[in-house]
Amino acid sequence: MTTPQGEFPRPLTPEEAKSRRSRNVAIALGIVFLIVLFYVVTVTKLGLGVVIRPSI
Amino acid sequence: MSFVAGQNEMPQNARVSLAEPRDFFALLKPRVMSLVVLTALAGIMLAPTPTHPVLGFASLLAIAVGAGASGALNMWYDADIDALMSRTKSRPVPSGRVTAGEALAFGLVLSVLSVFTLGVVSNWLAAALLAFTIFFYAVIYTMWLKRWTPQNIVIGGAAGAFPPVVGYAAATGGMAIEPIVLFAIIFIWTPPHFWALALAKSEEYARAGVPMMPNAKGDARTRKEILAYSVILAPVGALPWLMGFASIVYGVLSVIGGAGMIWYAWRVLRDTQGPEARKATMSLFGFSILYLFALFLVIVIENGPAAAVARFAARLIG
Repeated sequence: MTTPQGEFPRPLTPEEAKSRRSRNVAIALGIVFLIVLFYVVTVTKLGLGVVIRPSI
Repeated sequence: MSFVAGQNEMPQNARVSLAEPRDFFALLKPRVMSLVVLTALAGIMLAPTPTHPVLGFASLLAIAVGAGASGALNMWYDADIDALMSRTKSRPVPSGRVTAGEALAFGLVLSVLSVFTLGVVSNWLAAALLAFTIFFYAVIYTMWLKRWTPQNIVIGGAAGAFPPVVGYAAATGGMAIEPIVLFAIIFIWTPPHFWALALAKSEEYARAGVPMMPNAKGDARTRKEILAYSVILAPVGALPWLMGFASIVYGVLSVIGGAGMIWYAWRVLRDTQGPEARKATMSLFGFSILYLFALFLVIVIENGPAAAVARFAARLIG
């Protein structure tokens, strides 16, 4: 397998793989935190309106 | 054939980042962020009606991340001079743990995210003020003033003074005199605080080509200006009490703290040679942090937990 530059790929070193994994975990945690934050803020702003459904 | 390297394979000469999450966290200047959190919280707490804790927390978080984003942009742009100074050479970009491009992308993404979040959570006036704060710190101060004029931290100090104004706007959607007084306290506090450090690190700033007051105008003028700003700061620091939006506890603390600032500034003016001179400047630097932290902490406590207890007691009695 070659890259567009025609170079042979190399496996990540253990340090590179470890730091990449820890960055990915941090990004995942950040995204989950943002989802929870926006959910809680939305419910807070809607207040009681969140349980009042329009009648059809 | 594939044009994409395997998930754990890279081209032979490719550089793979070894940056850990803590390196990106360091880009946010956490110590500066902690002061931003406190001063913005004071602005939120000064709102006439209490802010919902969830919305207050989310707003505070957005302001803190916005401040951190401007710190990351600062470290991206200043990596060349950071590498020349002992205080900053171990920062993520000059030490090589994070590339300049990564710091720039990180700062820009967090800037947009924090401004958008504050706009959605609170209001767009607060979001606009936060955006202006980031712009002021990253562009006006970092890219323009810092390498151009010895008044860099005087004018640039406005960026650090904005958080209570942003916090108040987030809580109320408007503006009032109280957060502007808090702005004035931080604005006038900034020169004696930073010049005390600049006196101790004067040679390093000169080597990096940053025209700080001591290496641009001389130690003697810097020491006089430190005292002048401290003399102005003492009464301004007491304004919240004099204007009636802080208690006598704050009043006493601000008067004692203001006198302390003048005393330490006087020592800086008096002790100009040898180890005594360095001790005087670092004492002022340390005391100035304590002074500002204490004033804003009292405002937060008085308008937060103490005010809540007072409301609860009034309800019980009434």
